[in-house]
Amino acid sequence: MKGWTRIKSRCVPLDRHDVDTDQIIPARFLLTTDREGLASALFADWRDEAGLVLHDPRYAGARVLVAGRNFGCGSSREHAVWALQSFGFRAIVAPSFADIFRANAHACGLLPVTMDETAHATLVRAVTDHPKTEVDIDLERGEIWYADVEPISFDVDPFARDLLTSGRDALQYLLNETGAISEWEARHG
Amino acid sequence: MSGHTLLDRIWDSHVVSERPGHPSVLYVDLHLVHEVTSPQAFAELHRRDLEVRRPTNTLATIDHAIPTVAGGLRNASAAARNQISTLEHNCARHGIELHGLESPEQGIVHVIGPELGRTQPGMTVVCGDSHTSTHGAFGCLAFGIGTSEVAQVLATQCLLRHRPQAMRVTIDGKLDEGVTAKDLALALIAKIGADGGRGFVIEYAGEAVRDLDMEGRMTLCNLSIEAGARGGLIAPDATTSAWLDGRLACPSGPEFDTAKERWESLRSDPAAEFSKEVRLDASRVEPWVTWGTQPAMGGPVDAPVPDPGELPASNRVAAEQAQRYMDVVPGRALVGVPVDTVFVGSCTNGRLGDLRAAARVLRRRQVAHRVRMVVVPGSRAVKRAAEAEGLDVVFREAGAEWREPGCSMCIAMNGDRIEAGAVCVSTSNRNFEGRQGRLGRTILASPLTAAASAVAGAVADPRPFLGEHA
Repeated sequence: MKGWTRIKSRCVPLDRHDVDTDQIIPARFLLTTDREGLASALFADWRDEAGLVLHDPRYAGARVLVAGRNFGCGSSREHAVWALQSFGFRAIVAPSFADIFRANAHACGLLPVTMDETAHATLVRAVTDHPKTEVDIDLERGEIWYADVEPISFDVDPFARDLLTSGRDALQYLLNETGAISEWEARHG
Repeated sequence: MSGHTLLDRIWDSHVVSERPGHPSVLYVDLHLVHEVTSPQAFAELHRRDLEVRRPTNTLATIDHAIPTVAGGLRNASAAARNQISTLEHNCARHGIELHGLESPEQGIVHVIGPELGRTQPGMTVVCGDSHTSTHGAFGCLAFGIGTSEVAQVLATQCLLRHRPQAMRVTIDGKLDEGVTAKDLALALIAKIGADGGRGFVIEYAGEAVRDLDMEGRMTLCNLSIEAGARGGLIAPDATTSAWLDGRLACPSGPEFDTAKERWESLRSDPAAEFSKEVRLDASRVEPWVTWGTQPAMGGPVDAPVPDPGELPASNRVAAEQAQRYMDVVPGRALVGVPVDTVFVGSCTNGRLGDLRAAARVLRRRQVAHRVRMVVVPGSRAVKRAAEAEGLDVVFREAGAEWREPGCSMCIAMNGDRIEAGAVCVSTSNRNFEGRQGRLGRTILASPLTAAASAVAGAVADPRPFLGEHA
């Protein structure tokens, strides 16, 4: 996984709460043994909607999705994160995320940015009214910049941030703990 | 003097190492694996030339992708067959116990873990499936994980986690006749919301919880994730031990007595403090149905569907969207809404007690002719037990389909699904848009309500079906 510290991009506003992982990727697309190639499955059941914001050419190439609260609720399918990444997203901004989705996003290098409801509503309005608005996400400082709005800070778990910026992964971290794991196993039979 | 919660106790006894500012390294006692969320995890191990650290702490089954019509894999798609053979290959290569199609113990992962006695009080249990919270019914810290974490647990038997917060939901009072753990869980989710449990493990306590049998407790803990909780927990008691006594992987003889004593000592201290407390009166809960596209969008079966305009502003748009999708009318109750399909099964309500409840309503009655009813046992063991007491005959004579075990119509990735626009009263766990088939409409309910609706041909209150009748 490649580490990163900044993203500068347009944002797609998906102003809907409780977007569940069945919407992000319907179950029929889970019959795969691969992580790749899921871009066309992203929001597959919404793609026929003419007004779907993902179809709006003004947001083409956006790497940031601005979603409603409790994004990614429901199933633990990591395919939801893989599909978002295959489509090109690097970060999701929302007032809150479901726990398993957030863990999966961190594990795959997709940044979940939790933003308070007021700042979020302002951002949604800005990118809806002015689709060319670019946000600049600074992961190390934990700040988002756009237009002439004061920089908005966001909290990110320092450990998750270190993994994201360095590109190291949790599996390697755990493998480095093998000694402690063996000791624990010896103590607990 | 201590004020530890049950969550603290299990957590503290599984921390392998801790570093300031880092999540804890948490040991996993039981890792459940199925065909859909594991192939990429095994592939990651193989890419890094890693072995499975503890094959004996790992248990695999095939449940999500398999057809439930007789004939097994002949009816599966090439993609499903590939996924299943990939799991078979991975389990053989790494020495993992697999209950595949030829196993007499095959079934839904959250049904067979407890059935085989592999789920035991005080354990940490994970699976690449969000309904892993089910195992909390046995006093386990149990939660769903994604595929990257499946790889981590396969390779290291550990996970990185920050300690969740503890919430206590105290449910006092007694459930009325015709009201089940499913209704209780749905009522709780409606009360605290689809994300009311986010960041928490919910410990369920109170008279109504103690009165539930293990199957009811599993239903309740299973649905914790639908409130966004990381897990559900119930302190083990005599009911727990009695249910586990004699199970294959459980201790027996004097060792069982020792284990029982240890299990039943697992509880929150009276002085324990919870970050959040919620109370519910079981005696006021009624048979519950959902009217929307989130499990939290529901109410008593005969209560009017709410007018979105009267809901808190933050829920209004979602309720309008959901009611449009579901084609329900605010102000009118769901009772009497015509039904096309009824599904009884899933890790939520696919156990013997659930099938008995459905059969109780269907005995000497007929499924309405316009309704298709599908009954799917949660495991082969559940199927055998149901057939031993003739429940299959009750279902067949009533006009319902009696299937092979699997996740079936709960997830609609295995050939079992509902048609676009169809209304399905379902004992499963999610009423999300398209969950049971594209543009399908799901009404979540208990097995009693589902069976009553099948007979009525429309959403029905089960209580009138429970008395004596000719």
